Amino acid sequence: MGRYVARRLLQMIPVFIGATLLVFCMMYALPGDPVRALAGEQAVDPAQIAAMKKDLGLDLPLWHQYWNYLTGLLHGDFGTQIASGQPVADIIADAFPITARLTFFAFAFTTVVGISMGIFAGMKADSARDRVLLMVTLLLISVPSFVLGFLGQYFFAFQLGWVQPNVSGEANWNELFLPAVVLGSLSLAYVARLTRTSIAENLRADYMRTATAKGLPRRRIIGVHLLRNSMIPVVTYLGTDIGALMGGAVVTEGIFNVKGVGWSVFGALKQREGATVVGIVTLIVVVYLVASLLVDLLYAVLDPRIRYA
Amino acid sequence: MRGATHAKWAACAVAVALAATGCGGGGSGGGSGGGGADGVVRSSWGDPQNPLEPANTNEVQGGKVLDMIFRGLKRYNPKTGKAEDALAEKIDTKDSTHFTVTVKQGWTFSDGEKVTAKSFVDAWNYGANLKNNQKNAYFFQYIDGYDKVHPDSGQPTAQTLSGLRVTGPRTFTVKLSQRFSTWPDTLGYAAFAPLPRAFFDQHAAWLAKPVGNGPYTVRSYAKGSQMSLRTWKAYPGPDKAVNGGVDLKVYTDNNTAYTDLVAGNLDLVDDVPAAQLKNAKADLNGRYINTPAGIIQTLAFPYYDKAWNTPQAAKVRTGLSMAINRKQITETIFQKTRTPATDWTSPVLGASGGYRAGLCGKACAYDPAAAKKLISEGGGIPGGRLKITYNADTGSHKEWVDAVCNSINNTIGNDKACVGSPVGTFADFRNQIGQKKLTGPFRAGWQMDYPLIQNFLQPLYYTNASSNDGKWSDPRFDKLVDEANADTDTKTAISKFQQAEEVVRDQMAAIPLWYQNGSAGYSDRVSHVELNPFSVPVYNEIKVS
Repeated sequence: MGRYVARRLLQMIPVFIGATLLVFCMMYALPGDPVRALAGEQAVDPAQIAAMKKDLGLDLPLWHQYWNYLTGLLHGDFGTQIASGQPVADIIADAFPITARLTFFAFAFTTVVGISMGIFAGMKADSARDRVLLMVTLLLISVPSFVLGFLGQYFFAFQLGWVQPNVSGEANWNELFLPAVVLGSLSLAYVARLTRTSIAENLRADYMRTATAKGLPRRRIIGVHLLRNSMIPVVTYLGTDIGALMGGAVVTEGIFNVKGVGWSVFGALKQREGATVVGIVTLIVVVYLVASLLVDLLYAVLDPRIRYA
Repeated sequence: MRGATHAKWAACAVAVALAATGCGGGGSGGGSGGGGADGVVRSSWGDPQNPLEPANTNEVQGGKVLDMIFRGLKRYNPKTGKAEDALAEKIDTKDSTHFTVTVKQGWTFSDGEKVTAKSFVDAWNYGANLKNNQKNAYFFQYIDGYDKVHPDSGQPTAQTLSGLRVTGPRTFTVKLSQRFSTWPDTLGYAAFAPLPRAFFDQHAAWLAKPVGNGPYTVRSYAKGSQMSLRTWKAYPGPDKAVNGGVDLKVYTDNNTAYTDLVAGNLDLVDDVPAAQLKNAKADLNGRYINTPAGIIQTLAFPYYDKAWNTPQAAKVRTGLSMAINRKQITETIFQKTRTPATDWTSPVLGASGGYRAGLCGKACAYDPAAAKKLISEGGGIPGGRLKITYNADTGSHKEWVDAVCNSINNTIGNDKACVGSPVGTFADFRNQIGQKKLTGPFRAGWQMDYPLIQNFLQPLYYTNASSNDGKWSDPRFDKLVDEANADTDTKTAISKFQQAEEVVRDQMAAIPLWYQNGSAGYSDRVSHVELNPFSVPVYNEIKVS
């Protein structure tokens, strides 16, 4: 088991390098000159652009730039932003904690509420409450997140006054509640549906009948035998969802003024800030990798038949 | 137990992951003060892209801060746009080339250092030097010796501008490389601000917390989130701040800022989103301003393409200009935040500054019949199809380009005569212009550097001028501009510039579309809110109740 984890962690290194190389090449291939764009409509003489590019190492061939980036990364240097001259590490340090908090909230909301709803409906498949759940989740899946965001802002902030419409620069826990609910609602619908189907199916499984025949208490049958087995597809989904929640929250972050990872990477993309994009995307890749490792390890916890050596 | 071991390993992996991503965070916020002279204005902000050096800031977000913490030799009157003496006691010249500047006594930086002639000369030398990569370096191009410190290629051969000489604690002389009668009026721009020694000696510390000589001082600056400015009680100038300070808060976009304004968490949004303009009047109960800014939008043409550089093509361009229904587009798409252009300058100059409404005359009036006739007389659109290139990532350009094309198509009676040609990013758009890849008209916006008619004409239409992207050239225009610059009398200089503008009109060098307005909405906590000609709020005059 220990060896398995070590191997998986080692495997991350080539994936990490491959991902950075890929994103780096893509940023390089994009048309446009970020240094020239700094000056806006104003004219800048070529000497100055050349001087800036030389300072930033942008005049080197692609392989050399990538080599410089990679060696810098090994020394803990994520590079420098072209426009502001700020270290990319600072930008990441500003944005990641905020996104981590938002993701944590959204993830907790998705997991707790989604699984509860799934169990509640799945235990009595095709009943009235099951149909209500299917309706509600269908609605959540089909309504785009910005509609939910603006609706939430309108009702909870402007009509009821329960929360502030926007997240301030400090991004306090209580301010992140509404954005987290909006961000998590799509995943919530999927989790609820996955749980519900899985539970409804496993209720009819042989081992359930055996457990009931053994005379086990109902709480144990459902809490241990049924739930543990039903959680495997849900855990798979949740694992990949962490990465999606972190990197893909551009719309929600925009609506609620959350200055997180999605917003930073979107801004950097527009300005063609290569180092910033590569740095943030790489970190998201790491999050994905770690999450998928956790999911694989959780399989073994949930289903004793799965073993790793 | 099997499960427990698995769980242990899972926990270990989580620990590794957490250590790798490094969770942290938290921070403390400052509350806003009370009302009256101590009240703090909470204003929307976008983080400036570039470091906050005066000669390196060319956009409005950084400009806001510089306007609060710096005062230069001149200051543009927030209402009239006229350049008035601030730190300058007098600026004398006899020949429009040699200037003697005297700095007023009694001015200091907020760290106590005296503002002297050297503070200016050092700052200008820093701004002009190629080594410092300052974006506004071209502001110093008229000073003698600029080509030595900022050559077009290669390394600088001098470190200081030979045209600048300190002659006393409060006096210095400037020698220009050409006659430029209105040059002193350019000195209100932030690039000409004086700089304290701290800027040069502890540069990184200065950038983290800039020190200047304006009515405000920077109290704290958290990049990406907020800058707190407080009133400098010992400010020696006449335009002291009437509030306690300004908190500039960073927003992801102006929509979220507007939301916070309506929710009462913000006092001032200086760029009301177009989508909210319809609601703004009701939401804000009249606390909304919409005033002309020194920005004009035009369609420029690629004169390096021979097809556009013929006398016939001038007719086509005039015809195209007359085919655009400016009034309808500004009213429906821009909700009157743009004003149809009738010349090539801006109303903020005022009539005395060279703005002349209707200078364009018939050539800018919507007249489909005449337009169609002119275009066919000129031999039709070169290449048979008009492609208007624009960048799609900012400023909702797609909507108005489509509307302009629609207007042209209806006039000509051909649905496919004009199409928009979007370029994904601004960076790539500038790239294509710079490489002369475009074969049709392209979007050109011009935001003035200083409120002078010279700034609306010379950089854009003079032969090989810095922002003459279409490479238009006309000897008559160049001659008139030279004459205007040499003229020591401002009035005749301006009328010379207007004659040059008429050359632009007759050739329709660029089609003027509309003047852009600056807009702002504010809360009932503040009053006396105004925008200066650069669309920057005049913070020191805002009263907090």
